[in-house]
Amino acid sequence: MQQPNKLTPFFENLNFERDDNTMVINFGPQHPSAHGQLRLVLELEGEQVVKAYPDIGYLHRGIEKMAENMTYNEFLPTTDRLDYIASTSNNYAYALAVEKLLGIEAPRRAQVIRTMLLELNRIISHLFFIATHALDVGAMSVFLYAFREREFAMDLMEDYCGARLTHSAVRIGGVPLDLPNGWIENMLSFCDKVEHELEHTYEALLTENRIWKMRLEDVGVISAEDALNWGCTGPMLRGSGVNWDIRKEEPYELYSELDFDIPVSDRCDSYGRYRLYMEEMRQSARILRQLVPMYKKSEPQLMAHAPKYISAPKEEIMTQNYALMQHFVLVTQGMRPPKGEVYVPTESPKGELGFYIKSEGEPYAYRLKCRAPSFFHTGLLQEILVGTYIADVVTIIGSTNIVFGEVDR
Amino acid sequence: MRKYTPKENVQKKSYYTDRYWVAPRVPREEVEAGSHFADVVKALGRKAKESYVEVGQLVVHIKATENFEVIKTLKEECGYTQCSEQSAVDYLAQDGEFELFWQLLNVNEAKRVRVVTRIKENEAIESIEPLFKSANFAEREMFDMFGIKVNNHPFLKRILMPDDWEGHPLLKTYPLHGDEFAAWYEVDKIFGKEYRDVIGPENRDPARIDRYDTKRFSRVGYEVPFGEDISGGETENPIEYSETVLVDYNKESGKQLGHRR
Repeated sequence: MQQPNKLTPFFENLNFERDDNTMVINFGPQHPSAHGQLRLVLELEGEQVVKAYPDIGYLHRGIEKMAENMTYNEFLPTTDRLDYIASTSNNYAYALAVEKLLGIEAPRRAQVIRTMLLELNRIISHLFFIATHALDVGAMSVFLYAFREREFAMDLMEDYCGARLTHSAVRIGGVPLDLPNGWIENMLSFCDKVEHELEHTYEALLTENRIWKMRLEDVGVISAEDALNWGCTGPMLRGSGVNWDIRKEEPYELYSELDFDIPVSDRCDSYGRYRLYMEEMRQSARILRQLVPMYKKSEPQLMAHAPKYISAPKEEIMTQNYALMQHFVLVTQGMRPPKGEVYVPTESPKGELGFYIKSEGEPYAYRLKCRAPSFFHTGLLQEILVGTYIADVVTIIGSTNIVFGEVDR
Repeated sequence: MRKYTPKENVQKKSYYTDRYWVAPRVPREEVEAGSHFADVVKALGRKAKESYVEVGQLVVHIKATENFEVIKTLKEECGYTQCSEQSAVDYLAQDGEFELFWQLLNVNEAKRVRVVTRIKENEAIESIEPLFKSANFAEREMFDMFGIKVNNHPFLKRILMPDDWEGHPLLKTYPLHGDEFAAWYEVDKIFGKEYRDVIGPENRDPARIDRYDTKRFSRVGYEVPFGEDISGGETENPIEYSETVLVDYNKESGKQLGHRR
């Protein structure tokens, strides 16, 4: 029986003293391999997990509530804080949802830049995944090498938008800036570097590594049916043999024009997922290379022309009265999209990131729901952790690649 | 007289609304005959009260009591094997109702359907957890955020907010910075109720600036010691520069200059 006081608070629904052989432990929220703020309550029998209960909400900031109290443009920087490993993919998913609501399309050059940034963010996120996953499992040096390359990618992001983590590099209706001089050359040399490092460092260190294989193979097995049932998306779903990538199946931006492959693994385990992440980085580098000639052929317009919703370019605001008036109204009141509801899914590095927006014709969204992939992947933990050993729990959490910014929102 | 502020929706409103402005609507298209969506509507039969296509996705309005059967039909007959998302929209102020939606995905056809229904304030909805495990977390979140009860859910408990929290944050009646309960929650939890007078309510506005707070804010030119009470007014401290750093080279005594002269 617990006797709560100020020093030992009452643990909800937990019975620590038990009659049988099981033991209850708290894994997190301050555990280094809990990937931020996951509190996992595990019931153990010896070293085997009998029951797992993920407890989330330690990073809840009420982002959906904030969306109801901000105009559409004001909310965009807040989306950086969802999946803070790859912020541009959140910015983009939100901007695309609002664009679908408004019925506008970004100009060609903006699309090229957005696709470049999305794929660059995918590489950043996957490098982060491989670094932390390897560190959790015990491979320290991979962490150091992967973070080195990730730093180059973040330098590229910094050159473009001035921020390393919270990019806000996409606007509703386009992008704010053109690529700076020399950016494309740097990006291409980064692609070379990543491809080289993938083959000669990460895969050389891990793929055939005996310890790595022992720790990952047949750990965290999810059948295709379970993966669909639990709402898994992205590499978690493709790792279970379901060929589903929103970039291919429901193409947005320029993905219908690009030539890339979707790797699928039918191993259903953590090792298969690790191989997918590696292959996806290669495909992203391949996409980035294809985008360079597209960029050179595109017209320099960066923001869509929709005076009702989007401010005119700066030169027009400074020289033309009507553009200035529009800009004033859009800044002080915010855009008023048509009434209606829209759900727009995008393939973020973690899985399906979708925004459901319900608009009542006001400058404030009536309801915004962020469908975060990690939220559902966290829910899955309560099933796949049962029956595994406590050392594998760390591998499985790492393999789901959850980020608590978007789990808790 | 004090200005009347409605209590049923305390979310931010635009300061200016044009009386004659009528918001347009996102176009709703008819379900095309012979398409995949037409088959879905046909499979649902009379259970689909209203159906149309909005931004490329089928929207089906149903009766709240039939949600389980409808979603079961969609899963087993139409191939919608994933429930991507489920949540609610608060329409209590206008209609006294919640609007609930389920976002379903068909992986083979690459099609999406949104099932929409409405329930009254104190009504419950049937859980679809036996069909889709992803609804486990999604329904808990809906319960946490709106207080909508879900029947036959295996473990209906708050998920993002603490278990002993009062109020449901995504209701339109709930203010952005939290209500009174929220302001005292951490004070009571960490220090105890008896410390309320000493500590005061939590400031939950992240943009608030208190010019008389001498612990967290500095005043350039009006510096005071840390923690001093300056509610009576602060005195101006003229900025003094150190003599050793700034050397007046125009002076006769300036060493180097004098030498060169």
